Amino acid sequence: MPPAGRVLLSVEGLTKAYPGVLANDAVSFAVAEGEVHALLGENGAGKSTLVKAIYGLVRPDAGRMTFRGRPYAPAEPRAARAAGVAMVFQHFSLFEALSVAENIALGMERPPPLRELGRRIAAVSRAYGLPLDPLRRVGDLSAGERQRVEIVRCLLQDPKLLIMDEPTSVLTPQEATILFHTLRKLAAGGTAILYISHKLEEIRALCDAATILRHGRAVASLDPRRHGTRALAELMVGASFAPPARAGRAAGPTVLAVEGLTLAPAGGFGRGPGEVSFTVAAGEILGIGGVAGNGQDALLDALSGERPSAPGAVRLNGRPVGALGPAARRALGLSAAPEERLGHAAAPDMSLTENALVTAQVRERLTRRGFVDWARTRAFAERVIARFDVRTPGPGAAARALSGGNLQKFLIGREILQRPVVLAVNQPTWGVDAAAAAAIRRALIDLAAEGAAVVMISQDLDELLEIADRFAVLNEGRLTPPRPTAGLSLEEIGLMMGGAHGMHEIAGGPRRETGPAAPP
Amino acid sequence: MTDLLFGLNWPQLAAALMLASTPILLAALGELVVERAGVLNLGVEGMMILGAVAGFAAGVETGAPLWGFLAAALAGAGLALLFGVLTQLLLANQVAAGLALTLFGLGLSALVGQGYQGIKPPPLARLEVPLLSEIPVLGPVLFRHDPVVYLSLLLVLATALFLARTRAGLILRAVGEDAAAAHALGYRVVRIRLLAIAWGGALAGLGGAHLSLVRVPQWTEGMTAGAGWIALALVVFAGWRSGRLLLGAYLFGGITVLQLNLQAAGIAVPVELLSMSPYLVTILVLVIMSSGRARAALAAPADLGRPFHAAA
Repeated sequence: MPPAGRVLLSVEGLTKAYPGVLANDAVSFAVAEGEVHALLGENGAGKSTLVKAIYGLVRPDAGRMTFRGRPYAPAEPRAARAAGVAMVFQHFSLFEALSVAENIALGMERPPPLRELGRRIAAVSRAYGLPLDPLRRVGDLSAGERQRVEIVRCLLQDPKLLIMDEPTSVLTPQEATILFHTLRKLAAGGTAILYISHKLEEIRALCDAATILRHGRAVASLDPRRHGTRALAELMVGASFAPPARAGRAAGPTVLAVEGLTLAPAGGFGRGPGEVSFTVAAGEILGIGGVAGNGQDALLDALSGERPSAPGAVRLNGRPVGALGPAARRALGLSAAPEERLGHAAAPDMSLTENALVTAQVRERLTRRGFVDWARTRAFAERVIARFDVRTPGPGAAARALSGGNLQKFLIGREILQRPVVLAVNQPTWGVDAAAAAAIRRALIDLAAEGAAVVMISQDLDELLEIADRFAVLNEGRLTPPRPTAGLSLEEIGLMMGGAHGMHEIAGGPRRETGPAAPP
Repeated sequence: MTDLLFGLNWPQLAAALMLASTPILLAALGELVVERAGVLNLGVEGMMILGAVAGFAAGVETGAPLWGFLAAALAGAGLALLFGVLTQLLLANQVAAGLALTLFGLGLSALVGQGYQGIKPPPLARLEVPLLSEIPVLGPVLFRHDPVVYLSLLLVLATALFLARTRAGLILRAVGEDAAAAHALGYRVVRIRLLAIAWGGALAGLGGAHLSLVRVPQWTEGMTAGAGWIALALVVFAGWRSGRLLLGAYLFGGITVLQLNLQAAGIAVPVELLSMSPYLVTILVLVIMSSGRARAALAAPADLGRPFHAAA
């Protein structure tokens, strides 16, 4: 419902500089009451700094804000909350060891006694279709349920403006649908929502207005429903770019076969280990989706060799490699790029040259009789930097100094230039800006075109559907049978993702099966 | 009248146990609060010994043991705040700063205590609970102690209630679980941690003073003799819970008392073995608890020992 348009929050000329970066450069925009307002932009465009200023976490250098017609300059989040501004963070500020009710009490100024609070949590969560058990430990909740805790915490304070930072990045499509339903209900009740995202489709589906940020400046304010995603994307990036197109190809012979691989249940929840079986052919990209924490890390570790399995569980060109370690597998051409860039894929304080050496020494022969051939290693690192457009002063830079996108380009490039037979990647574009993400997808497509098999684990469904030939879902340690992506609908994917946590509640049925004995 | 077994006077032993356990109970109770706030202060031994000498000196000079205890708490808190400034404001490594604090405390106390060797401190009157202390056997064991013993028991209860039931306790636990998240909610992590550190130091100082003013009672260099380390081990042993801490303190205190009495009774158990036992038990508990399922029950604060720096 389009709002009548009384201005709730207006931001004028807000500027915030960090050493070397102008995070916000004279940003102005306004949010009306009951409006769902999107804040769009790439990573590093200044969205986070802007909302942190509104929430009182960052003090702007210049600029004015008014809220409900009065000058507004919160010195701390407490002041922002008192004024009626609430925020749901992208990385939840929840305490795993504490219960839902305790977590919510921590976010309130004057919380009632815990028992009374529990009753109010139950009431609010019922009213907005966000079921929550106040006594459960947050550490045992799924990502979707944790987000509910954050939202309920905000709603209990009856906010006038609710800020949501990338709320759907951790949700299944069904959970996202529930969230949208809740947000529309809230907006209809007069609460304005400032919605940060870079997912254009959901912004077009949900938001009444959008402000687009690029390099710290507000470049446009518009109605997202009247513009195509392509136009919005170009405004965000500041240049026109074409999404990579994939032509269907005939698959080659099977190079990687995984059979009866068991993944230990991740994080202590779940129904015990399931079995994972799949094959990947030369020149094929297999996309594996699913919400994080369902065995993705374990699967990548099992492929890379960090987690050994039965010898026959992983076969490379028919040869059992399940019992081999990472170095031996890499020598045979099975490479991997794990999700965690700093600390797993790369040693943060070591230079790019040294990081290149770590995985490439066997296949690129960078050591001789136990001594490092630094000239060759540096040359290899420079080749990666040049080929994959890594923006860095040089191969001597520490891995930590690179931005997420540039480091990821380097890490994927490091594996690709070793000409792997099979490359397994986990979340290759997570936290990477749109341009770098496109470059990484392009590189994976090119690698497959050259005849390598690619296993791509990701939570970004759009990305998987865009570049994968076949698609499967990992859910609680089990893998669905892979299906060709061509012609796969979002509904079918939702069904493959199965236990969309929280779907049962909408139907009024029992809670998750994993809960402590909940008979219907 | 009294039961004699192994030639030991058991009721007397039980009363001695409560007395002997009080210093480590107090110190461990303080350290428990500090660690629940996410700070690992390894300087308990240093704060205890400084409290011991400060309490002794103030007690002797004023002639009133209560002033001694007050001085001990202040001295402990002061030394702890030095640690707090180093680790919370200057972001020094907590382990290194804690170890340095112990060594510094030992040295400083030796210096301050030079004129006080071989002196008797003013006695602290026992608080004999009327009627209850007349109960045979139980009376002398439970109700004829000095006020600090009762204070320590009261503090066990107060700490448990504070952590579990009060909002301030909840905030303190939140800071120890995830300092960054607590900061995002607008809580002042550094201030809360500094307060916890000062409180921990005050209790360690009290424990030290109980040692020098009541238990021994006199001042000797290095008289804490590892009590601070036992207190640290005790916090882990207790799984960061004050109820279990009481149990652990009396268990470890009991071993100390038993060791002395066994020697006196002429039973040949090597002293070294007995003085090792608290640490051995702690290691054993750690191994059992950190294996597999019991891990969650261990419940160490998630941010324990991690520095916090509020980045903009």
